[in-house]
Amino acid sequence: MTSEIILQAIVTGLMMGLIYALIAAGLSLIFGLMDIVNFAHGEHLMLSMFSSFWLWSLFGLDPIFSIPITILLMAFCGVITHYFLIRYILKAKMLIQICATFGLSIFIRSIAQLLWTPDFRNVDKPLLEGRLEIGSVFIGQPQLIASLVCLVAFIGLYLFVTKTETGLALQATAQDRHAAEILGIPSNKMFAIGWAIGLGCVGVAGGMMANYFFIFTDVGINFALFAFVAVALGGFGSIIGCLYAGIIIGLVESLGGLLIDPSFKLLYVFVIYLLVVIYRPQGLFGRY
Amino acid sequence: MENKLLIAKSETLWNTDNRVIYLISGLIILLFALPFFGLNSFYLHLFIMIFMHAVMAQSWNVIAGFSGQISLGHGAFFGIGAYATSFFYIEYGISPWISMPFGILVSGFFAVLIGIPMLRLSGHYFAIATLLIGISFQVVFQRWDLVGAASGLWVPMTAEDSWSALQFHSSKVSYYYIFLVFFIVTFFIVWLLSRSKLGYRLRAVRDDPQAALSLCINVSNYKIIAYVISAMIMAPMGSLFAQYILIIDPDRVFNIEISIIVLLITVLGGIGNVWGPIIGASILIPISEYSRIYLGGTGGAVDLIIYGLILMIICIFRPDGLISFVPKDILERKKQR
Repeated sequence: MTSEIILQAIVTGLMMGLIYALIAAGLSLIFGLMDIVNFAHGEHLMLSMFSSFWLWSLFGLDPIFSIPITILLMAFCGVITHYFLIRYILKAKMLIQICATFGLSIFIRSIAQLLWTPDFRNVDKPLLEGRLEIGSVFIGQPQLIASLVCLVAFIGLYLFVTKTETGLALQATAQDRHAAEILGIPSNKMFAIGWAIGLGCVGVAGGMMANYFFIFTDVGINFALFAFVAVALGGFGSIIGCLYAGIIIGLVESLGGLLIDPSFKLLYVFVIYLLVVIYRPQGLFGRY
Repeated sequence: MENKLLIAKSETLWNTDNRVIYLISGLIILLFALPFFGLNSFYLHLFIMIFMHAVMAQSWNVIAGFSGQISLGHGAFFGIGAYATSFFYIEYGISPWISMPFGILVSGFFAVLIGIPMLRLSGHYFAIATLLIGISFQVVFQRWDLVGAASGLWVPMTAEDSWSALQFHSSKVSYYYIFLVFFIVTFFIVWLLSRSKLGYRLRAVRDDPQAALSLCINVSNYKIIAYVISAMIMAPMGSLFAQYILIIDPDRVFNIEISIIVLLITVLGGIGNVWGPIIGASILIPISEYSRIYLGGTGGAVDLIIYGLILMIICIFRPDGLISFVPKDILERKKQR
């Protein structure tokens, strides 16, 4: 075990972490806004990867160019989800909210399995290929670009939420739905926007990952679990917390896999989750 | 508030409408008599699956319906039960009847172990943690060489039907009766539980933890008790299932689908109600088995599409489940006089 291998693991973990962070940010935004955890988040990620894949496979559009289309599709999907499902369960008990989004996740996953079969697919010969060699560390080009794009998207999201008028309206709705409504912010519209942006984030992450990741119907489960953990770790509803949490998870995953045993990656992340929620339930950067 | 107090005062443990008692007794006799009408093995299988899933859903109902904690990884206890009997039968030839209680104890032990740190969490945190636990169990068993890792365990077949080895190859009737007895006993236990002080305290914990705390109900202790009871109901179903199909592997008995279906059955039938799981299972399991026959099971996953759809529709239109169509005074208690 040389220092190069550890450095390599750190770089890999960092790159994965940025992607986790963006996925978690979408989840966190939705949670902060309406107190609903989207248990179908992984399936939405899977949908965005498939959208990228089909745009490539049917129209020959490289994943890197189809990103805007994927984002739009996912944002549309978010609005639909809100309009047909979430709208009705806003006032329901938490149990029903969990069951409803869980039902959505089963539904999307099995529909996908029926339509596209559980085969593994990948984008053949994308534009982004090959790897860089910096010192003794190898960095896959698609991974590097993906994590950079995710970072940019994350910063964009952060600026949008904290600086623009719509973003501030979102925050106001998250803090107090009724007070915001009195001030003339339609909460229903804000929720729809929140879903569109939340799933748009997933669209960016999924579209970029389609470059180098295998695309299959169960791909989202692990990412969704990591996103749940990242959201809990960063503090439910805190967007900037997701960035740190995502990076921590990426590092734990890759270093744990390197130093102990790669087949138990999920367990290390799980241990982190348990420690955090037991000793610091508000998360590392939570506002509650 | 006044009204609730009146109801609580008038309520005794056995004050159920006579019609309901007759109906239940009649149903039990009918179920016991059913195999004599010459059911073919498909229908026996269907009934066995209904009984099994009803008990599994009832187990989930105890933790989610009564104490309000949503466990998304309940399949873990099912798997523990299944592995306990199969492993000891294969390695040491111990009869499943002896190892089944052991499986129940192990399951309860794990529930305590998991429950103590995790039931301090509430709501989403607990749900996510259990989701992770369910998958962790699967991951660990997939890599655990002692119990056959990913290829699982094959229970050696006995030459002929044997009660001590719990294997019946000539007909499914014996399985039918075993599952039926477990089904009835479990429901009786949970029914008693729901009308005992423990049941009321659990519901108090679910509805308002702060108020429960102020009435000297130790909230986290009661949650753990509910979790342990729930786990102990789940485990024997795993054991019986393992003896029924005689081959288990992590992907089958720790599958997330098990955690999904118990949730779905309970929510469909009516969560927090003893009768909910029966109604849910007797509607959902036939749908699932028939869709597997006519639409093809593997890969197609048509039954899962239906599950997801039903779950969403129920959540939107009938959050209290199908049981809410039944007038409450018939099922719960005599009409107030």
